[in-house]
Amino acid sequence: MTIAEDTTGSSRRFNLAAWLSRYGTLLAFLLLIAFNVVATPNFLSLQTLNVNLTQVATIVIVAVGMTLVIATGGIDLSVGSLMAIAGALAPMILMGAIAPTTDPLVVLPLAFIVPLVVAGLLGWFNGFLVTHYSIQPIVATLVLFTAGRGIAQVMTNGNLQVFKNPPFQFVALGHVFGIPTQVLIMIVVVAAAAFLIKGTALGRQILAVGGNEKAARLSGIPAKRVKRFVYVISGVLAGLAGLIVVARNSASDANLVGLGMELDAIAAVAVGGTLLTGGRANIIGTLLGACVIQLVRYTLLANGVPDAAALVVKAALIVVAVYIQQSADRT
Amino acid sequence: MMQESPRSNIVAALIPRSNLQLARLCVITVVFALLIFGALRYDNFLSSYNILSFLRYNSMFMLIALGMALVIMTGGIDLSVGGTAAMTSVVAAILSPYGWPAGLLGGMAAGLAVGIVNGLVVTRLRIQPFIATLAAMLATYGTALLLSGNQSVSASYDTAFVSIGQDDFLGFPIPAWIAIACYVVGWIALERHPVGRRILAVGDGEATAKLMGLKVGRTLLGVYATSGLLAGLAGVILAAQFGAGQPTEGVGWELFAISSVVVGGTLLSGGVGSVGATLAGAILLAMVFNILNFENGLGVISLSAYWQSVIRGAFLLVVVILQAKLMNGRSPR
Repeated sequence: MTIAEDTTGSSRRFNLAAWLSRYGTLLAFLLLIAFNVVATPNFLSLQTLNVNLTQVATIVIVAVGMTLVIATGGIDLSVGSLMAIAGALAPMILMGAIAPTTDPLVVLPLAFIVPLVVAGLLGWFNGFLVTHYSIQPIVATLVLFTAGRGIAQVMTNGNLQVFKNPPFQFVALGHVFGIPTQVLIMIVVVAAAAFLIKGTALGRQILAVGGNEKAARLSGIPAKRVKRFVYVISGVLAGLAGLIVVARNSASDANLVGLGMELDAIAAVAVGGTLLTGGRANIIGTLLGACVIQLVRYTLLANGVPDAAALVVKAALIVVAVYIQQSADRT
Repeated sequence: MMQESPRSNIVAALIPRSNLQLARLCVITVVFALLIFGALRYDNFLSSYNILSFLRYNSMFMLIALGMALVIMTGGIDLSVGGTAAMTSVVAAILSPYGWPAGLLGGMAAGLAVGIVNGLVVTRLRIQPFIATLAAMLATYGTALLLSGNQSVSASYDTAFVSIGQDDFLGFPIPAWIAIACYVVGWIALERHPVGRRILAVGDGEATAKLMGLKVGRTLLGVYATSGLLAGLAGVILAAQFGAGQPTEGVGWELFAISSVVVGGTLLSGGVGSVGATLAGAILLAMVFNILNFENGLGVISLSAYWQSVIRGAFLLVVVILQAKLMNGRSPR
């Protein structure tokens, strides 16, 4: 009798926690929108939407890669530095500092391909350190976190590179069907990653490696290759975000591009419901997580709360979100 | 199980018995190699001016590395040390007109408070240290900016507060005395006191430690509080040394501290670690910058300051790969 009562009691609480962990981020997102519609003047305007979406686009793009890495039980601290490297390379190529030409037909494709390839290779290097030497991901990616920004600064001698190249800057400033290109890129990245996780064998393998690497390996999954793959993806996406940032600013500052991005991305992943322990990847959650963090900041700023206080609120948000996730997990 | 001759005992004492000892030996060898290199190559490398200003500036990083080492030994991590130092530098600067004890104790108390909150979030809410201290990092920067009104806060020169960072005691910079005192206490706690065993046992496996009857929660709370306190002290020194509380300083300090700990042979998985090797790791990474300055001074090459992070990263890479190679050939201990 008592036993039965106990189980129903705990299972009801369990359901609430599970429900919150599943839909909490979405709920918070909707509540924030509802609050803003009532409290913030001019919230329901296209301009507000565009401002928020463009702010969040690069974070989401990086955070999607981070979600995949975290799903394998890893972490990638180097994303901000890779953004700086990609962001430093593109203007150099456009201005003919690397290949001795400024012919747009040659330079333009190179300005996209070279930074992305370099970022992908550096991501592979992260994965190589993690898989070949069994170095803990935090330490392995700390190497490029430290050296990467230095490399970007050395390449540009720490100078601000100002440039103007409308075809290149289309990735950030252009519109397709009225949607900002960077937002479109974000949507494509999110959709592709969500499909990867839900719809492909590779996605299953990523989750399996993060859930229990030994078991995954014993069941024939090429665990090392899967891990290297996610670090490459994370690197390429970081490179892409770096290109968007410099295109948006018409300038590349190796000291600033992507600074602190690793933490923004990890925060988005955590708020979005992917635990750092691995074995799970909630891509849509990451998108919502980044949107919630951005929207909280926007709400506070629009209502006269200083940015500094918004940081404190963001901290509380992260703790609460992860706490809800974990209590759902534990029961 | 077998008889050992005295001779083999001596040999055994000389050969490092564990990875940690080997890593410790490695990092200390490299520090001495760099010292000799610098002494031979540059005129004023071993001048008292260079050594003292090196110690004065880097004592802040040594302090946060010590706290980080203790946290990492329990298998945790503390990303909030940079933000905490920024915040406490502001607190100390604001309190400095009321005398140096107010600035010093106020800054330390603020750091301790952050550490206790970190410890409670990790132990009570059971949130992973990475996330808990990441949140604390944001919160401390936010608080620092709120307290300071988004700008640096001048410390009072009417009181003796700035002496904490700028003056000497017995011919030695006061920040260096503080760092030395903290390392001595840290060494005693870890090597000569039960609390050290407890910290390592918790890092080795919380469940096992709990079954052995150790107070896991209290130990964890203790190391996070200590890390916060040391970061607070670093913030006080920062404010005193530069005459201002700096709400945006400290970015990347946590990763410098983590690098020092890793170079010192402490594993991020916890359960092993050494206070002395952490100090050597911090000195090693800081010395890279010092040597770079001297090399530029020679005028033979001209490496911009940007090279220092590249070289630090390369150092980290070499050390980490060496450690990984050693690890594969030996038992984890």
